[in-house]
Amino acid sequence: MSPLDKQAQAEKVKAEMLKIYPTKVARKRAKQIIINDVQPGEVVPEIKANTRTIPGIITMRGCSYAGCKGVVLGPTRDIVHITHGPIGCSFYSWLTRRNQTRPKTEADVNYMPYALSTDMQEEQIIFGGEKKLKQAIEEAIAIFNPRAIGIYATCPVGLIGDDVHSVARAMEEKYPHINIFGFSCEGYKGVSQSAGHHIANNKVFTDVVGLTHVKKAGKFVVNLLGEYNIGGDAFEIDRIFEKCGITLQSTFSGNSVYDDFTNAHMADLNLVMCHRSINYMADMMEKKYGIPWYKVNFIGAQSSADSLRKIAAYYEDAELTARVEKVIAEEMPAVLKAQAEIKPRCQGKTAMMFVGGSRAHHYQDLFSEIGMQTLSAGYEFAHRDDYEGRKVLPSIEMDADTRNIEEIVVKPDPEAFAPRITPEKKAELAQQGGLRWNDYEGMMAQMENSSLVIDDLNHHEAEVLIEKYHPDIFCAGVKEKYVVQKYGIPMKQLHSYDYSGPYAGFKGAVNFYREIDRMVNTKIWGMISAPWDKEPQVTGTYGWD
Amino acid sequence: MLLRHTDDKIIERSALTINPAKTCQPIGAMYAALGIHRCLPHSHGSQGCCAYHRSALTRHYKEPVMAGTSSFTEGASVFGGQANLLEAINNIFTIYKPDVIAVHTTCLSETIGDDIAQISSKAQEEGKIPPGKYVIRASTPSYVGSHVTGFGNMVKGMVEGFSAASDTLENQINVIPGYVEPSDMAEIKRILNEMQIKAVVFPDTSEVLNTPQTGKYEMYPKGGTTIPELRSTGRSRRTFALGQIASGPAAKLLDTKCKVPCTLLNLPIGLRNTDIFLESLRQQTGAGVPDSLRLERGQLLDVITDMHQYLYGKKVALVGDPDHLVALTQFLKDLDMDVRHVVTGTPGKKFVTRIQEITGPKVNAFEAKDMFHFHQLIKQERVDLILGNTYAKYIARDEDIPLVRMGFPIYDRIGHQYFPLVGYRGALRLLEKMLSALMDRQDRDAAEESFELVM
Repeated sequence: MSPLDKQAQAEKVKAEMLKIYPTKVARKRAKQIIINDVQPGEVVPEIKANTRTIPGIITMRGCSYAGCKGVVLGPTRDIVHITHGPIGCSFYSWLTRRNQTRPKTEADVNYMPYALSTDMQEEQIIFGGEKKLKQAIEEAIAIFNPRAIGIYATCPVGLIGDDVHSVARAMEEKYPHINIFGFSCEGYKGVSQSAGHHIANNKVFTDVVGLTHVKKAGKFVVNLLGEYNIGGDAFEIDRIFEKCGITLQSTFSGNSVYDDFTNAHMADLNLVMCHRSINYMADMMEKKYGIPWYKVNFIGAQSSADSLRKIAAYYEDAELTARVEKVIAEEMPAVLKAQAEIKPRCQGKTAMMFVGGSRAHHYQDLFSEIGMQTLSAGYEFAHRDDYEGRKVLPSIEMDADTRNIEEIVVKPDPEAFAPRITPEKKAELAQQGGLRWNDYEGMMAQMENSSLVIDDLNHHEAEVLIEKYHPDIFCAGVKEKYVVQKYGIPMKQLHSYDYSGPYAGFKGAVNFYREIDRMVNTKIWGMISAPWDKEPQVTGTYGWD
Repeated sequence: MLLRHTDDKIIERSALTINPAKTCQPIGAMYAALGIHRCLPHSHGSQGCCAYHRSALTRHYKEPVMAGTSSFTEGASVFGGQANLLEAINNIFTIYKPDVIAVHTTCLSETIGDDIAQISSKAQEEGKIPPGKYVIRASTPSYVGSHVTGFGNMVKGMVEGFSAASDTLENQINVIPGYVEPSDMAEIKRILNEMQIKAVVFPDTSEVLNTPQTGKYEMYPKGGTTIPELRSTGRSRRTFALGQIASGPAAKLLDTKCKVPCTLLNLPIGLRNTDIFLESLRQQTGAGVPDSLRLERGQLLDVITDMHQYLYGKKVALVGDPDHLVALTQFLKDLDMDVRHVVTGTPGKKFVTRIQEITGPKVNAFEAKDMFHFHQLIKQERVDLILGNTYAKYIARDEDIPLVRMGFPIYDRIGHQYFPLVGYRGALRLLEKMLSALMDRQDRDAAEESFELVM
């Protein structure tokens, strides 16, 4: 298809999406459905993002609690997470995100299979729930005796005036050996999960990071931020790092333990995977402790190799550089072999992906490695910078919903602030090693012109996309999965990975190629029509003789 | 050990729930509403509630689950959700074109005191509800009852919204099937059909949450109770309400609102409760029990007599929803199994008495308790078989006890969408599952010399 035809088609599809909407809805959605147009200097069109979901629209989005308890804190196995509220929120976030965790020994703590809640009843809604929360903490301590307890506020908590922070303080005074902290992550905060990520980052930063000062042994000690170990992704990254001789001081927060966070500020460098959920932490740690950060991506074999090289570039250590190259050289043959086998079967097929803060971008790399093209993509809860790049940060308007989420003012720590790198060196590495400090180029710069970039895609728009483009595969979450498949199109969940994985790193890439090959090339999709659908004419005139 | 922090010593808890054996009202309301033909459930609260409920139901059914949300922000939470709901109603009827929007509340909208009746009237006045379209509602605060209560409240909302009294009665009955699976609802309809009884079964999620793969997505599938059918429930001769908690409220309202008398029964799970259901239908309607159902009953009974030795005296622990547990306990008791622990998270004082009436007093029966407590009971007194939802598999694995999946949610197996638990056929299926679990275990554990070929 010529570029002009592609543009015309995108415009037609966008118009089709908007046609059905009431005027007010159409006006808003028009700014969130963008036809990509990349100009030199990664200049892309503006997209409206991180704004309110329109009431009544069947959205993919979840809430602040899900972003805070579910995404950021949930994967940590030795913090006792108590949800303060009626039972539902705790129930739905109980083991449903597939954050794998691997305690070192049978005796090590693992609270992840436990869902704890105050199960608020009408009495607490009327008379207040702080008393019950305190008692619940007492009981949790009696049963689990944990190092740390996180308390997560649900919708009614803020409304009835329960103060989870004052309860946390009071209980911590009583049990000084336990770190108890609360999160005001009521579901109505902000406009999506994103608010919850920010709230989680803030509290972990102020109440957990920097409490102890143990640096892990190793020459190259880094933190990996925004990797949640869905389907074992973090295990694969761990494997690669270990092979390269890179020490992971902490991962936020896949397969993590509390101590990893308290010591996180001892690392040399912060590597950011999921930009949306954790960039706040990277920024705050740089300001307070002087740890520089840049974006990496371990989704995609090539991206993984590039990310390893970026780490080597930072350290400027000949031995590390050689070892990284050796690891890449060892890992790539299996990857290339799988590509050579699978690519001919997938070449030219098309994909669409609508998830997250970063996945809808990262997974385009994996698809392109087997020759598949991304026709359309978008995020569920991202901000403009995730689409257009961090260069637009200064021009993002502050609205009421964002203003309600605390922005912590961070100053250099009088004792612990130690810049790991001078500004001059940073500039030099930026120029020579291509390190983009504190930056993320965003999704759009990488996408083809005239592809549709859609923020907060909803059910109706997904239907139009499928009907008009007939992609070979569609990626989103569980709520979308079976809608897409009813259309006879395979659907890959990029939140839960459909209970498989890992897809990160080199082995993960091979897993992903095989999985996509299986999905787009299975003959089952060709068996939807029954013989009598294909040949309605019958020749016989009697039934059974 | 996955649940390595669960000790057999029970520490009394008054405030902390660990591993709940229930979830909140709105998901039950959403599920019930999906049983109306061309209905879009709507969650009046934060969008997270709707996302969680849709996700949970999708994982359980592996089917599309559609629902709208009022997407509250902090502003709406402070100033009330009226503007959000009005906008939602307008958007839903314009974009998704359902015939009915079934609004349920959440802890958020209940706490701030949104009046859905008043907002619906306002939507009507403002012309946001097109002619021939309906908005029904249910109050489902998450801090009262459980998902079963929420189901019951939404079914009651259907009666409130649709059932119309009349002097002219139809020669039909109402059957409220309870919080059961689409397969169960289909089975109940089949039984009624076999008995040639004209009935409105509501809600009815069959062919809504077990739809075929056709290559064509239908936002409103073929199934679901239609609006004319729901309207006619006020003109029925009698209501048969299966499951007290899930079906009782609607049946009682039909009685007071439309003077349709009701018969409250246990869920027809197992031999005896299916007998009671059929006999009750026969007595009230005058319909006969056809040969087809007699055959099924006889086959079920035949398998029980054939395989009794593998069931007799086996200790069982059950966790789930009260309406199910009451009927199941009866069935297990009739199989001469030894029901040791019965736990539901749903509150309700009568539950324990009802279980004890079946089992006698020497049973650990608890209402408003959790799976942590259930696990502790098992640690204190081991059982041969666990019946429970997918979360029970963590206990089953740690304790090395066979598990038969039953109830909500079942995230890790299929079958419940298609194969019923109710009726004689359902009982036969449950029996087969229990026998397979127990006999597989016997095979696994048997010494070489006593590994049996024929069982």
